[in-house]
Amino acid sequence: MNTFSGNLRRDLEVRRYPILVYAMTPLTALVLQAWLPRFLGGFAWFDLPLVVVVYFALVQRIPIQGTLMGAGMGLFEDALTSHAIGVNGIAKTVVGFLASSLGTRIDVENPAIRLGLTFLLSLLSSATYVFVYRGLLGINQQWTWFVELFKAVGSTLIAAALFPALDRLQIRE
Amino acid sequence: MESFFIRYRNLLVLLVILLAQIIGLAVQVRHTGAGRNTLDPGDGPGVRLIRLWADAVVTPPEQAIHSTKLGAEYVWQNYIDLRHTQSENQELKRTIDRLRLEQAELLEDALQGQRLQALASFQQKYIYKTVAAQAVGSSGSDQSRVFYLDKGSAEGLQRDMAVITADGIVGKVRDVFPHSAQVLAINDQTSGAGVILATTRLRGILRGNAIGQPQIVGILADQRIQPGEKVLTAGGDLIFPRGLPVGVVDKVVSDPNRDGFIDVIVKPAAHLDQLDEVLVITSTEPRFSDEQQQDLATSEAVKGAEAAAIAEQKKASAIMAERLPGLIDPNLPPEQQPLLETTNPNPVVRPPQPLHPDRFTPGGAVQPKTDETPSAEPETKPAPPAAPKRNPQP
Repeated sequence: MNTFSGNLRRDLEVRRYPILVYAMTPLTALVLQAWLPRFLGGFAWFDLPLVVVVYFALVQRIPIQGTLMGAGMGLFEDALTSHAIGVNGIAKTVVGFLASSLGTRIDVENPAIRLGLTFLLSLLSSATYVFVYRGLLGINQQWTWFVELFKAVGSTLIAAALFPALDRLQIRE
Repeated sequence: MESFFIRYRNLLVLLVILLAQIIGLAVQVRHTGAGRNTLDPGDGPGVRLIRLWADAVVTPPEQAIHSTKLGAEYVWQNYIDLRHTQSENQELKRTIDRLRLEQAELLEDALQGQRLQALASFQQKYIYKTVAAQAVGSSGSDQSRVFYLDKGSAEGLQRDMAVITADGIVGKVRDVFPHSAQVLAINDQTSGAGVILATTRLRGILRGNAIGQPQIVGILADQRIQPGEKVLTAGGDLIFPRGLPVGVVDKVVSDPNRDGFIDVIVKPAAHLDQLDEVLVITSTEPRFSDEQQQDLATSEAVKGAEAAAIAEQKKASAIMAERLPGLIDPNLPPEQQPLLETTNPNPVVRPPQPLHPDRFTPGGAVQPKTDETPSAEPETKPAPPAAPKRNPQP
C-alpha cells in the first residue's frame, strides 16, 4: 500500500536530467513514431512513446509525474489517429503510474529488470487498449495478438538500446 | 481529512485523470440504430482542437525531415544518377506516343458512353482537378491506418475528398488543417468505399481488417469470384469516381460473423504502406477538363495521319470492290444469288478455224473450204484431214 501513498520516504536515488532532455525526448519519440511507419510499412512493431514513458517513470519514481506523462503521451498519440481521443491516454496513464510505483520497490538499475518491465507493460498497454475499446466503448475492433506480442518485443529491443543512452544524459552531482 | 488526500494523492490523481478521459471518451461515442456503438465521424470542437494541436506539433518536424529526404533524392537523381536518362527519355516518349493512340481509340467509346448516359439521365463524373501532395507522416498506430499530407485547406483540400495515385485509390481526406490534412486509408477498419468486381459485377463495401488488408465485406458466397479478378470503384459512395482501380482479388475467406457470406481479401493496386506522392481529387465534373481535352486533341492529331492512311486504303478497297464482279448481290434474294447459279455465264469461246491449215496447225491439216469467207462459220463438222496432193515430177 506504500506504493500508493504520497508521503512515502524515498531513500532511492531520484535521477535528474537537463530540461532539454525532458522536452525533446518525448517529442522526438512522438515524431519518430509517426514518421517511421511510412518507411517500415506493416513492420513498425514498436511503441516509442511507451518506451519513453516507462523509462522516465522508472527512473523518476514519482507516480504523479509518471501518470501525467503517460496521459499526455497517450492523448497525443490518440490525437494523431482517427480513433477516439483517450483510449491510448488511459492505457499509458496506467502504464506510467505502475512503472513509477514499481520504481520505488525494485532495482531499476538492473537492465534485465528494466527490459522485462518494458515487455510486460507493453502487453499491459495493449490489453488496456482492447479493454477500453471493447469493454468500455462497446466498439467491435478487430484484434491480432501476435502483432501486439511483436510490438512488445520490438519495444523491448528499442529499450535495450535507448535506456543506456538516456542514462548517460542524467545530471550527476 | 487532509491527511487522507495527502496520503492517497497518487491514487487520487490517477483516478481523476482516468475518470476525465473516460468522460471524454463517452462524449465521442454514439449509439447507432442497429444497437451498436460507433465513434462519431465528425469530431466535436474540443476534440478537433486537440487534433489541431497535435498536428501543429508533429507535422512541422515531419515536413522538415521529408524535405531533407526529398532534397537528398533530388541531388542524387539530377546530378549524380544521370546515366540512363537519355534511354529512359526515349522510352517514355515511345510510351507517350503509344498511350496517345490508345487514348484516341478510347475517346470514341467515352463519347458514346456520354451520349448513352445522357439518354439514361445519368451523368458520369470525371476527375476534373487534382492537387498533388506529399505524404509526410502517419498515425504511428497499426490500429489506425491514417497518414498526413503536406497540403491543407489553404491549398483547397476539403473533407471527404478522394485521394489516389496513378496505380489506384488510396483513401479519403478525413480531417483538414490549414497546411496539412489527415487521410483515412482504404485499409483502415473504419473506412468504407463502394467497389465492384470487374468480371462478376458483384458490388460490396471495401474496408480494412485487423492486419491492414483491404477486404470486401457483405458479399454472398459466390463460386465465380476467383483470385486475380480486378476490383474497381463503383462510384456509389459519392467520394471516389467510378471505374478507378482498387486492386485485384487476393483470396476469398468465409465471413466469421455471418453464415453464407464471404470476405474478399483485396491486394491493393496502390502501395499503401510506402506512399510518397498522391493526388487529391478536388473537383469532379460531368465533362473532360481543359487539360484532358487538349490531350485528346493532341492524340487525335497524332493519330490523324495514321487514320488518314488507313481511310485511303479502305476507300481504294471499296472502289475495287465495286468494279469487280461480286458473288453476292445485295439486291437479289438469297435463292437467286449469282453464287448459287450453276450455268456458266461466261462460256468458253472456240477459237476460229484456220483458213489455210498447214502442217503446223495443231491436229493436222484440213481440207480448204470452198467458201473462203473468213467470217463464215462451218456448217458441218469438218472432215478429217486428207493428205496433201503432190504434183508428179517431170
